[in-house]
Amino acid sequence: MSVQALKCKECDERYPLDARFVCERCFGPLEVEYDLSGLDADETRRKIQAGPPSIWRYADFLPFERPPRTALSAGITPLVRADRLAERLGLREVWVKNDAANPTHSFKDRVVTVALAKARELGYEVVACASTGNLANAVAAHAAAAGLESYVFIPADLEEQKILATGVYGTNLVAVRGSYDDVNRLCTQLAGEREWAFVNVNLRPYYAEGSKTLAFEIAEQLGFELPDRVVAPVASGSLFTKIARGFQEWREVGILDGELPRFNGAQAEGCCPVADAFEAGRDVCRPVRFPDTIAKSLAIGDPADGPYALDLARRSGGGIDSVSDEEIRDGIRLLAETAGVFTETAGGVTTAVLRKLAERGEIDSDERVVLTITGEGLKTLDAVRGTFETHEIEPTVDSFESAFDGAAAVTADA
Amino acid sequence: MSVTVKIPTQLRSVTGGEAEATVDEASTVGEVLDGLYERFDGLRDRIAEDGDLRRFVNVYVAGEDIRFLDGLETPVEDGDEVTILPAVAGG
Repeated sequence: MSVQALKCKECDERYPLDARFVCERCFGPLEVEYDLSGLDADETRRKIQAGPPSIWRYADFLPFERPPRTALSAGITPLVRADRLAERLGLREVWVKNDAANPTHSFKDRVVTVALAKARELGYEVVACASTGNLANAVAAHAAAAGLESYVFIPADLEEQKILATGVYGTNLVAVRGSYDDVNRLCTQLAGEREWAFVNVNLRPYYAEGSKTLAFEIAEQLGFELPDRVVAPVASGSLFTKIARGFQEWREVGILDGELPRFNGAQAEGCCPVADAFEAGRDVCRPVRFPDTIAKSLAIGDPADGPYALDLARRSGGGIDSVSDEEIRDGIRLLAETAGVFTETAGGVTTAVLRKLAERGEIDSDERVVLTITGEGLKTLDAVRGTFETHEIEPTVDSFESAFDGAAAVTADA
Repeated sequence: MSVTVKIPTQLRSVTGGEAEATVDEASTVGEVLDGLYERFDGLRDRIAEDGDLRRFVNVYVAGEDIRFLDGLETPVEDGDEVTILPAVAGG
């Protein structure tokens, strides 16, 4: 099998494939290392196409000796060509990767299904996470299905929909009075002292691998071709960088030809440490102490993969942009009205950044662009409240016609 | 005066397994860390580089990230708790 070791992204030190996430030599993050030299492109492509309708069709690129059995799966979400959105933005070809179509309605099912499989393989009985909401939903659900006890840590001021859609699975839900970064610090401390699998702390190297499957699916759904540009949200920067890593691995094996796409990251103005560092030309992010945005799922003030997200945006010829809460609401409406996809605030951020790039003329007329929609609009309903009009009428034809005087009836003899 | 430092598991191989250390006679976070470097061989190289903290090391005083305070110049007082943690979690 191709999975080899954990390797430090900073100093290349290698470690065995157990529950660890930090290089003991330099404190750098660890990443799963593979040896892909034994994979034949044609044979791997055939194997993928004959595989199960889930992320496990890409098992050769996931950190297991053999594909694990999982109680709740993820992946194979729609990639929809959005011609009306493209037309509105003056672009030729835009595809929407709708990852709201996962079991708990966000891309987090991908990372959690991988992390929980690894947790079970390593013998853990308790799983946990620090979450801005979507991860909370996914950990609670996947743990329930797998029969594992779970502890889910969230900032106390999270959207009610995300709290309800977590508690329902019977997890130990811990609402922390503080920001996401406070929650994350607490979980990092707890992970050091407990025999628990924190999916995005001590199991983070495995967890993060799940995000590569977004790239694999996009490429497979495009007929094993690369897009020219990917627009994706940036919170910790993990998803953003792992999509690139997925494309890169398939280029290495020869499953895909061509250049790495341009990568455009999307952040909310109320918490945009990566966009700020990009604009200022810095290679490290200054943390944001008090994030203030309706895009709570992206409100990470101290992004762990910030330096790598910056590097990817720069070397791929892309960028990192930020948008205001108003632009986020408009982005949600734009995607809903042109593609029939209702996304949460993070998707509003991503759509609004695509619009911004189009308006700036940064996207060439022949580009194939993929817009990565990571979550479901029903989880952040407050964001669209008051953005449209409801016509309340009496149950009479007159009342309807006076409300819609432009919608004259067509008479039978007309 | 003395300050308590919480040592993360990843550094305990150089602290002889100690999860906590006290440093006396330090008035800033930088001096607290210097005190630890003197006591624990090999610690400096793990978390510091060119006189500054490595980019994936976070340090907190009483729960507050020192990047929001005065960095290594952040003053410490008697009884303060300084926490060293890896910065590569979350998201």
